[in-house]
Amino acid sequence: MMGLKSINRIFLSIAAIAVVFAFLIWAQGNLDAYKVRILNLCAINIILTLSLNLTNGFTGLFSLGTAGFMAVGAYVSALLTMSPEVKAMNFFMVPINPALAHLNAPFIVALILAGLISALVGFLIGAPVLKLKGDYLAIATLGFGEIISVIFTNTQTITNGALGLKGIPQYTNLYWSWGTAIVVILGLITLLNSSYGRAFKAIREDEIAAQAMGVNLFYHKVLSFSLSAFIAGIGGALLANLISTIDPTMFRFFLTYQILLMVVLGGMGSITGSCISAFIMTVIMELLRVVESPMNLGFINIPGIPGMRMVVFAVILIVVVLFMRQGIMGEKEITWDMLLRKGAGRHESSGS
Amino acid sequence: MSLLEVKNITIKFGGLTAVSDFSLSLEKGEIVGLIGPNGAGKTTAFNAITGIYRPVSGSVHFNGTDITGMLPDKITKLGIARTFQNIRLFSNLSVLENVLVAHHLRLKSSFAAAMMRLPGYLREENAMRKEALELLESVRLTKFANEKAGSLPYGQQRRLEIARALATHPRILLLDEPAAGMNPKESQELMEFIGEIRDEFDLSIFMIEHHMQVVMGVCERILVLDHGVTIAEGNPAEIQGNQKVIEAYLGVEMDA
Ligand SMILES: Nc1ncnc2c1ncn2[C@@H]1O[C@H](COP(=O)(O)OP(=O)(O)OP(=O)(O)O)[C@@H](O)[C@H]1O
Ligand SMILES: [Mg+2]
Repeated sequence: MMGLKSINRIFLSIAAIAVVFAFLIWAQGNLDAYKVRILNLCAINIILTLSLNLTNGFTGLFSLGTAGFMAVGAYVSALLTMSPEVKAMNFFMVPINPALAHLNAPFIVALILAGLISALVGFLIGAPVLKLKGDYLAIATLGFGEIISVIFTNTQTITNGALGLKGIPQYTNLYWSWGTAIVVILGLITLLNSSYGRAFKAIREDEIAAQAMGVNLFYHKVLSFSLSAFIAGIGGALLANLISTIDPTMFRFFLTYQILLMVVLGGMGSITGSCISAFIMTVIMELLRVVESPMNLGFINIPGIPGMRMVVFAVILIVVVLFMRQGIMGEKEITWDMLLRKGAGRHESSGS
Repeated sequence: MSLLEVKNITIKFGGLTAVSDFSLSLEKGEIVGLIGPNGAGKTTAFNAITGIYRPVSGSVHFNGTDITGMLPDKITKLGIARTFQNIRLFSNLSVLENVLVAHHLRLKSSFAAAMMRLPGYLREENAMRKEALELLESVRLTKFANEKAGSLPYGQQRRLEIARALATHPRILLLDEPAAGMNPKESQELMEFIGEIRDEFDLSIFMIEHHMQVVMGVCERILVLDHGVTIAEGNPAEIQGNQKVIEAYLGVEMDA
């Protein structure tokens, strides 16, 4: 076989992760709160982008459920990490359901439960829809995203309704966010190189052929969709414990749309592409705040235009769809083999 | 009882009866051909046997089991594999991965075991890789193992489709126009190859083919469809002399 010995690859990966963590330790202590927050958001967006890429890029399912699953994860984690006193302060209009009032769990448990409950919701939505032939998933997940915010607005004893939840402990730091991102990346690499991952990709390539080769379509689609919901739920939880305030209107379609743009821009079916584009887009989005704030160009005063970022976003999406449908990476990945062979001339595709 | 027993199946698309009252019994080790003009219903008959379409009447039995209306993946699992007329490879996956996908149906390790890369899973993964490489060797595609399937020349894509079908460990192989687009030399090789895999993998083969040389050369028995109706059945010599068959093919080259 060609390429590096797998032991070398593992060594390089461990070294790279060590370098990343050395940087995070430095960043957590030395960067200002605003920059740390952006770095946290980068990691969370990488997680969310990978979640959506799993279904849309690797399995050929067109899901638009990211924001909905994030909402589920965010609320689960918020309710598990807020202290009884903070909850009591939040629920002053309608008292909290007594079963939830004293619920408390360590952050790691909250994250995992956020993922699991989100996956369960994913399963309940996915199972009936994915039984059908044809692409009903986009419609169902789009509806789900809208319905979940309506539901959360009306389940006041659980979610505090439209008032939202405030004072969620800010447990999310660079170790949690990037640690989770790295676990998700490694998990996806393992998955996609496994026999199950190959079945996912086969479904994406040609559903009829995959089924004719013995791939159980329903099982693998539901598996991929639920896993994606699991990851998005954890992303939502990390976000809730980062920004500390959530309400049902936060998790609307625009959020899904942003993540979808990151997936398309990075390349449908590329893990490295998702990571790169999520990182870059997160930074750009922050920089774009400028276009929404009032500007004084000396001779002319432009008032702030709220929503301007969305316009810029829409334009980027249109340009990407029209002119670079493959995104940054297409379906390709940056691998150690590739990086190390760069010096040794063009990479050869056949070998023995 | 025959290995495959198709009894009086009829398939309709709206008002169109694509196949009517089609019957076939395929014995162990047999190579049977299905011919007929364009649009005669040959591919539709395949699709009904492999579970893509459900016949409105009639039944399909495999090895004594009623498989009428079963899902395609279940039918493949039982032992019927196929290739497609309009090649359906996983184009963006490598040649090796294409064959590996067809091993997935026998994987015993759970998803969790695969994610944790437990020894049991790794053993299965290594075994399937070894077997997939052997299969590629037997269709002479080893040197392309890491190429994208979609980048292979046409004739090699056809061979890869056969290799992929063989990887499911079928007892019956259905080939839909395997020689389409091949030159005479390639189709000659294909004929020999089909005979070889029948013996090596202990298969029964049911194939649709337009190249008459190939059909007559390799099939022991031939069925002729025209407008969904079976108009003749017999050995190659009988079919070549059959008046109805000649009429059905009038205007169509007998040896394209
Ligand atoms: N999914 C479908 N929906 C509607 N009509 C169909 C469908 N599939 C096939 N048909 C029709 O059924 C008839 C038989 O088609 P089929 O593909 O089985 O022919 P064939 O014998 O394989 O022809 P060819 O030699 O061109 O491959 C044709 O009239 C075709 O148009
Ligand atoms: Mg056909």
